[in-house]
Amino acid sequence: MTATVIELDQEGPASILRIAGDITSASEGDLGAAYGLAVANGASAVILDFSKLEYMNSGGIGLLVTLLVRAQRAGGRLVATGLSDHYRQIFELTRLDEAIQIVDDEDAAVLAATA
Amino acid sequence: MVETKQPAPTTDGTSTNRSEANWAKPVDRLSAAGVAGAKDDAVTGKRVSGPLQGFGQLWQKTFSVRLDGVDTSPEAVIATWKAHFPEFWPKGQRFYAPLSGIKPGEVALLEIQPVPGAPVKLSTGVLVLYADDESFTFMTPEGHTLSAWITFSARSDDGVVVAQAQALERPSDPFDELAYKLGGNRQNNKFWEATLRNLAIMVGVPVPVVDVQVACIDSNRQWRQWRNVRNSATLRSARRTVTSPIRWITRRG
Repeated sequence: MTATVIELDQEGPASILRIAGDITSASEGDLGAAYGLAVANGASAVILDFSKLEYMNSGGIGLLVTLLVRAQRAGGRLVATGLSDHYRQIFELTRLDEAIQIVDDEDAAVLAATA
Repeated sequence: MVETKQPAPTTDGTSTNRSEANWAKPVDRLSAAGVAGAKDDAVTGKRVSGPLQGFGQLWQKTFSVRLDGVDTSPEAVIATWKAHFPEFWPKGQRFYAPLSGIKPGEVALLEIQPVPGAPVKLSTGVLVLYADDESFTFMTPEGHTLSAWITFSARSDDGVVVAQAQALERPSDPFDELAYKLGGNRQNNKFWEATLRNLAIMVGVPVPVVDVQVACIDSNRQWRQWRNVRNSATLRSARRTVTSPIRWITRRG
């Protein structure tokens, strides 16, 4: 597997987690810590940028559910961008797209996050 | 940041653990056409329903067993688990595997006795959402008592293989949530503990010890999902049990 690398960026009022490498259950600590930092910076909506994602297994999808619950409990939400066609289909299959808004690019993601 | 080794590629150059083929293809409605043996198909025509679509509180449960003293590998354990999956289930609970085996996109049918010995049996099923050499994941359909994903996996931990079942689950509707609180949760835990024990015994552990970790991830109920009750396998099965004598008489007449 390839290491999970998550960078935290700020685009105006929106926080962006740029995810590179693999997302599996082993990524829990890194993803949770990055999300915690984004929220500590005042973000109520966090953009997940998957454009550099190499692989995600079902453990990784499970992490997104727990992250989503964490966001909803804090009154926030998640927006996803940069998904390949394959992972868009996975979001649809798992019905994750009913809770996490998927947009085509980062500009649309910032608009959605700050709406 | 996590650094782990790259898995070995297959002969076509694609790693078996990194292929899009490890995932089920998108499907609007499930079909159990590839399953034989079950008396009732309560799955065909249903949509999948995961932890985000359920009604009750969200729980994460992890059942794990160390295969101490067994010379094996995570891949071998998962291969055994897939090949013999129904055999590890406790007595009285039936898993009708797809004819082509546990592979992404396949559907299995289940007959479950929610209360051991009780006349009511629930007919439902699962979709194989994901499968690779070291894990496989099921997702429940509408009507199942739980809206859930459950992942079966094996890993090496300090030279010992550990087999694990981890579920993210919400009771599907208000009745299921009540049943969960009134003992269904405990029965569910016993079910998976027994399954892990049976797996460990088959691979050669004489007295397996199953570790159980349970956490409530979300204590809020999703009240907007109360309408899940219209697909309830519990109510459907109870109706069928009650009307069974009438249907028997009608068939004979």
